[in-house]
Formats: sequence, C-alpha cells, structure tokens
Amino acid sequence: MQQELVRSGTIEITYREAVREALRDAIKRDERVFLMGEDVGRYGGCYAVSHGLLAEFGPERIRDTPLSESGFTGAGIGAAMAGMRPIVELMTVNFSLLALDQILNTAATVRHMSGNQFGVPLVIRMATGAGRQLAAQHSHSLEGWYAHIPGIKVLAPGTLEDARGMLWTALQDPDPVLIFENVMLYNMTGKLAADAGPVDIDKAAVRRSGRDISLITYGGSLWKTLEAATALAADNIEAEVIDLRSLRPLDDTTIITSVAKTRRAVIVDEGWRSGSLAAEVGMRIAEQAFWSLDAPISRVCSEEVPIPYPRHLESAAIPQAPKIVAAAKAALGRA
Amino acid sequence: MTAPADKPHLSRKHMLDLLKQTIRIRRFEDKCAELYTQEKIRGFLHLYDGEEAVAVGIIPVLEKRDRIVATYREHGHALVRGVPMTTVMAEMYGKQEGCSRGRGGSMHLFDRATNFHGGNAIVGGGLPLAIGLALADHMQSNDLVIACFFGEGAVAEGEFHESLNLAVLWGLPVLFVCENNLYAMGTALALSESETDIQRKASCYRIASEPVDGMDVVAVEAAARRAVHAVRENHKPYFLECRTYRLRAHSMFDPQLYRDKTEIEAWRHKEPIVRFQEWLQANHMIHPDDVPRLEAEIDAEIAEAVAFAEAGSWEPVEQLTRFTYAESAAPTDR
Repeated sequence: MQQELVRSGTIEITYREAVREALRDAIKRDERVFLMGEDVGRYGGCYAVSHGLLAEFGPERIRDTPLSESGFTGAGIGAAMAGMRPIVELMTVNFSLLALDQILNTAATVRHMSGNQFGVPLVIRMATGAGRQLAAQHSHSLEGWYAHIPGIKVLAPGTLEDARGMLWTALQDPDPVLIFENVMLYNMTGKLAADAGPVDIDKAAVRRSGRDISLITYGGSLWKTLEAATALAADNIEAEVIDLRSLRPLDDTTIITSVAKTRRAVIVDEGWRSGSLAAEVGMRIAEQAFWSLDAPISRVCSEEVPIPYPRHLESAAIPQAPKIVAAAKAALGRA
Repeated sequence: MTAPADKPHLSRKHMLDLLKQTIRIRRFEDKCAELYTQEKIRGFLHLYDGEEAVAVGIIPVLEKRDRIVATYREHGHALVRGVPMTTVMAEMYGKQEGCSRGRGGSMHLFDRATNFHGGNAIVGGGLPLAIGLALADHMQSNDLVIACFFGEGAVAEGEFHESLNLAVLWGLPVLFVCENNLYAMGTALALSESETDIQRKASCYRIASEPVDGMDVVAVEAAARRAVHAVRENHKPYFLECRTYRLRAHSMFDPQLYRDKTEIEAWRHKEPIVRFQEWLQANHMIHPDDVPRLEAEIDAEIAEAVAFAEAGSWEPVEQLTRFTYAESAAPTDR
C-alpha cells in the first residue's frame, strides 16, 4: 500500500486504492464475499485495482475467470441466489454488453418474476468512460443505459469517499447493484479519512453550493463540472454542483431542491445525448420544477459519434469544462 | 460396473410411479391446451408432449436438497419435482396463488420450497445460473447436485460453451441435461449444428457424457442414476443427452411448416407413455385396471388444480411494482 498516514487522521490515497481498500474490507468482513472476473487475480486487475488481493485471500475468493462475460456474470447471479455475496468485475462497460442478457434478463427480473422467492444480492463493478485514447470500442459510457432497467441499482462513485464507501453498502443491498468506476479517476489522489467506511447509496450530494445555477452531473464529469464552477465563480456566477452518485434510483429531492433555489439547470453527462440519463434528469426537472425555471434546461453530453482515437477528437467528443461554462453562461443570458 | 444402487428398481410400485408421473404431465398439459383455447391461459404455452420420460426419469433420482434449473418448457419438471399442481395451474392462470404469484406464467415457474430455480425463457440463459448455484454450494461446502435442463437449441448459444468450460475449470457438480427434441423452434438440428452428435461436444470440455433414448423412461432413469452418482461421487459435471421428440407444436402459435406430418406420426409410435405401458403389460408388471385407476386419480388432481386456479384471485393493480426490489433490507437467500 502506498498510503501515508498523516497526523490529521487522513490518508493520502488514490481512487484505485480506495476501491481496493473497499474490496479488502468487504472480503475480510464477510466470508460470503468473493471477487471474480477477468484478470482480477494473477494480473492484479486490468486497472490494478485488485493488485495484491490474490496473495492475501487466495484463488477461491479472488477468482480469475475465462473471457466468458455472460458465463461468469450468470455464475455471480446464481451464487448470489444461493447465499454468497459475489462481486463480479466486468473489466469495462464495453465488455459488459456480452453479459447484458444475464444482467437484464436474469438479475433484474428474478425477484419480480419469481414472486419474491429468489433475490440476487450481487454487486457488479466495471470501469467506464473515455479519455485514454482507447477509441470506439473501449470508451463507452453506458451507465445511463443501465439506469433504464428496473430491478437493478446503478451507482457512480465520483469521489474517494464514495469509491471507498459505496461497495460495502451495495453488498448489503438485497438486489443487484452495478458500480461504474470512471477510468479517468483511478489515478486521482486525495485525502481520505483514515477511518472512512460505508456511505449511503441513495442520495445525491451537493459538492459545491451556489445560488445562480445548478450543474447536475456524476462520475468522471464531476471534476470537470467543479472546474467549470470555479471558472464561473471568477465571473461572479455561483454555480451549485450536484453529484448524482446514484443513477438508479435518482434522488429527485436533492435535484429539485437545488433547481428550485437556482432556477436554472445544466446537466453534464458523458453518455450520448439522445436518450441519455441527462434527458431523464432534464425531464424530471421539467415535470417537477417547471414553474421554478427562469431559463430552458440544457445539457452537455457526449457528441453523437463513436469515440475517436486522436486526442483532440476524443477530447472534443466528451464533456469538457469550457463547454460546461458556456452552457451555464447561456442559461444565464451571459453568453 | 454399475453399483447396485445406481440401477432402477424394477418393482411394480416404482414402475407405477413412473407411469403415473408421465401420464400426469401429459393429461395436465392436455388440460392446459384446452384451457388455452378457452383463453384461461394466455401468453406462450410450450407443451412437453412426447418428452415426459426425460423429466420423469431424471428428477426423482435427485435428492430434496439438490437444485433444478429448467427452461420455458418446464411444466413437467415442476410437477415431478413436487411443485403442487394447484399452484402450477394457478400460475398458468396468472393468479396470485400461483407458484410465482402469477408474475411469471407458464414460462417462469419458480418454487423455493423444492429448490426449483425457474423456468428460464432465454435459451441458454439457465446454464450460467446453474454454474453460479453450484459455485455457491461448492464454496459453502454444501454437497449437492445442480440439474440443469436445456434444449439442443441452447447448444448453439455461447452461454452453453462458457458454462461447460466453467463447470470443469471450477470442478462443479452440475448435471447437464440436454433435451434434444431435434428442433430449435422450427430449425432442425442439422441446420443449426455442424456436429449433430451433441453429447460429443461435452468431451471437448472433458465432461463425461452419454446419449440416452429419451423416449424410454427406464433407460433415462438408469442413465440418470449413473450420472447423478458420478456427479456426487466425483464432484464433477456430467452430461446426458436425452434424445426425444416434441410431438406437438413449439408453442400454441406454431403451424409446424418446418416438418412433415409423416415424421410426427413416425415418432408418435415411439412415444414414451404408450410404449412404457405396453412394455409393462408384456412383462406382467401392471394389471388391466391400473391405468384407468391412475388416470382417475390424475383427473381428480387436475380437476382440483383447475378449481384452485379458478377460485384464485388477481393481484391488485396497486401491487404492480412490488418486488421489483426487495421490501426489507434483509436479502432473501439462505
């Protein structure tokens, strides 16, 4: 571990290490918990999240799988039904599509379809997002798609606290929970309370308070949005930044309370614009806070294009702070 | 050498039990078809007509603690496993007294009490589930067998291959039962598989396998005893290919354009109930009045099931979204 204990009771830690600590903690605390997925053991995890865990916990609990996403995701569902608390790691959201049948047709349906006789207390983790020049097949942000599905819960930890704390709470949930870790956050370093532990998984969080406009986002876009808020502050615009944290269920109360105060909203979402989670959030604002609005709701989403390889094109395809600043200023009539 | 315990008991009582179960499934489903035309049962209805010997030969060999994963053609499996006919019929009606609260219907019979992990209506979708059930039992040192039923159509799915591979890699006690009825809906086996000797595919994954005449309930039971014994003793998967035939349409919407009536007729001569009955008569194992007596018992059970379903109630619409998620924090598992 590359953690450094400092006197204030906080540690310096990366997002990657925070996820790893969450895994270690869960596996230690509950003998039913195990991790399985491609290269989680001997390789140490595609993003090095599970590095060292095989040596610590052995191959039964840090279980390398063949490249059979549907097979081992289904195995996680079955194991959860039969009393275990599996954590399935799908290397990235891109490969999760090979397991979509099991996630959508089995995990999400079994409780309802069986008349509540069987539940699936399963956690599925995966990396998501663009920004590493991995081109069109390795850069998807499909968490908004998954949030469309009743029967599962969808989380997007954007902070170190959530990377460390959401997993345990998700494991206590009696239903399937998908956790999306944005690839650009793994190297993010910051301070975390030495005794950081479980956090709630059903509330949005106000990451920056402001009176002029609500910027609503999650995951990897959170930091770009906070950067945009800082830039806006230089122009005397006080933006409130909402981190959704849970994409399903959505915390309408926090969203609507903020918009009722600021009367303006921009939604920032790395998913493609059409049919996006941003569209859902925007519609909820329209349904629940229409009469509070002083300006049209607007969105900063990914461009409707497969994510390209060259840095400048990739960068242009996904939300960036200047676009968020521009959208906020437009909503305030200060473009 | 087969251990004595692995042989079917050719006692009169046991033979009558087998015969009764096959007739029970057939007559139950005949009733379902009738109720379907009366629009009491809706949606898809996939009948097991002709294939009864498979479920009847295999499921009683399993122990109560063992688990079953089945397909959308699973009425027979549920009945033989001991899911009450009353709650199965109520499920077909969509009544809340049904074995899945009416939420699943014909294709999604579930029953926790008998470890019946569902009718799965995605072809091949049950195989990974069976792997997971077996993995959990393996990790919890529960010594039990998972019987996973699927049709030969599932063999074309990636999940079939992924699951066989995982079962061997992880040393899991799964009994794979391929119910090869020669047609994946309307696509003949020869049109969908480059290797039509399906049980050979298991050997590529180093799984012991055997084909069995799925129209012969005694042969199926004998094979099932060998297979279940092998799975339990060796803690390894085993693969049975039961060669059978679906005598009726795929579902109630199927005009059967893809096969000749003469082919169906030819298979009707091999159908499992009459064949077994004739064999028992030739060997003086049943009396002339046995079959009418069994049929009367079964008809009374069916009448009771229909009455139960008719008397059942509709789930209030206010409860539509219940159990999309758990209502209490405690996970429902064991």
